[in-house]
Amino acid sequence: MSGHSYSYFPGCSQSGTAEEFGLSTEAVCRALGIELAELPDWNCCGASSAHMTNDLLSVALPGRDLAIANLLSKDLLVVCAACYSRLKVAQARINCDEALAGKIEDIVGADPRFNGEVRHLLDMLVNDIGFAYIKKWMKLELSGLKAVPYYGCLLVRPPEFCFCDSVENPTDLDRLLEAIGVEVRPWSFKTDCCGGSLSLSRTDVVERLVNRLFVRAEEAGASCIVTACPMCAANLEMRQKPGRLSFKIEHRVPVLYFTELLGLALGVAGVEKCLARHIISPMPLMKELELLTTERA
Amino acid sequence: MITGLNAGLEKRLEADTGQKVRSCYQCKKCSAGCPVAFAMDLLPHEVMRMVVYGQEARLLGSSTIWLCASCETCSTRCPNEIDIAGVMDGLRRMAVDEGVIPAEPEIAAFHKSFLAGIKLAGKTNEPVLIGAYKALSRRVFDDLGLGAVMLAKRKIKLLPRTVKDRRAVRRIFRGSKGGARM
Ligand code: SF4
Ligand code: SF4
Repeated sequence: MSGHSYSYFPGCSQSGTAEEFGLSTEAVCRALGIELAELPDWNCCGASSAHMTNDLLSVALPGRDLAIANLLSKDLLVVCAACYSRLKVAQARINCDEALAGKIEDIVGADPRFNGEVRHLLDMLVNDIGFAYIKKWMKLELSGLKAVPYYGCLLVRPPEFCFCDSVENPTDLDRLLEAIGVEVRPWSFKTDCCGGSLSLSRTDVVERLVNRLFVRAEEAGASCIVTACPMCAANLEMRQKPGRLSFKIEHRVPVLYFTELLGLALGVAGVEKCLARHIISPMPLMKELELLTTERA
Repeated sequence: MITGLNAGLEKRLEADTGQKVRSCYQCKKCSAGCPVAFAMDLLPHEVMRMVVYGQEARLLGSSTIWLCASCETCSTRCPNEIDIAGVMDGLRRMAVDEGVIPAEPEIAAFHKSFLAGIKLAGKTNEPVLIGAYKALSRRVFDDLGLGAVMLAKRKIKLLPRTVKDRRAVRRIFRGSKGGARM
């Protein structure tokens, strides 16, 4: 497939706690012939900390990235759900408020009015590339794998920027997983908040939210949770152990990026290394289901 | 007696956030779906009413404005199209601007550390963030075991990532008065 070429905002997490998300994203895009040109010298979007404490800063930080994206004049592909949300909100506010646009232009010293589209990776794969094309390149059906898709907050809210088919019950990730042979288990917690922004500061609150998600995922018969957000993934992986006050059961449910499973299905090299690096290892599960090439060889 | 009333609060908040909280008819849908309601001292629907009543001191000194996780579940569901999360943002920023002592010092310390890290490097580096947060919040011993696991799994990179154009980043912080307060 030709013609799929984007400028690319990898985001901070994808070279830190969520390196596997970044690596598997890039590998999957290579395998599908999607061209990614990394935004030169991009900066952090400010995440929730900027937006929660300083409104102007929360637009100016992504504003500089949008100004850089302007120079590349391509749609901007974003991996992290939080970066996606911050860039999307900033673009909408800059492009419909000339006074604000002028202020941001002053602060960043370049034109932040980006006319391309800010796209999330999942949106691009589901709506531009499509399941038929993905299936054509598929090397391995992930049969036997039971998963619940976890969208979290930022892929669906605020609704103005939701690319999924529904705000309350999205199915984009469900359908993508089904296309590669995963058994998607129904559950009602797809878009519940995991409390990510409080993960370090109010661990007690977060443990309660995370524990509930795991209990529900286990009840739904899932052997893993699949996500498209590095904040959710880090938070869910880190907080499965019972803390001081919150809950008693220790969960050991792997939390995987959808790109890792997609990479596995496409037979992309390097994905197994990503899987091996999770805090809650999915390797025993993958071995049992014979989904690893090294095992099958 | 309730002190710290400010009859102009609702107008000021509307000017800042565009939200008309007086259209709230107290259906409590926001509070019913709020994931952190169990930990809040004021429920979201109570916050809406208290804004109309001008109870500035209680609102700005509440835990709720810091505990709100910005998940926007409430804003998505409000039958009167109030962006409740946006109101929470407005109140929190007001508290920051006015130097009100945060009722949730750890959460405030987290945001401050996060922004300090960006100001320094232009990108977020987990070790810098965690170090700054531990120093500011004085919670040095939390999560030590987890830190070791993350290092072993190479989840934490010791070499920081930085933006080359540091001046541009400093300009953004200066221009938006970021990180100066709190
Ligand atoms: S959902 Fe809206 S109308 Fe109902 S109580 Fe909350 S703010 Fe008021
Ligand atoms: S945005 Fe804040 S107040 Fe609204 S539901 Fe989420 S945590 Fe609760």
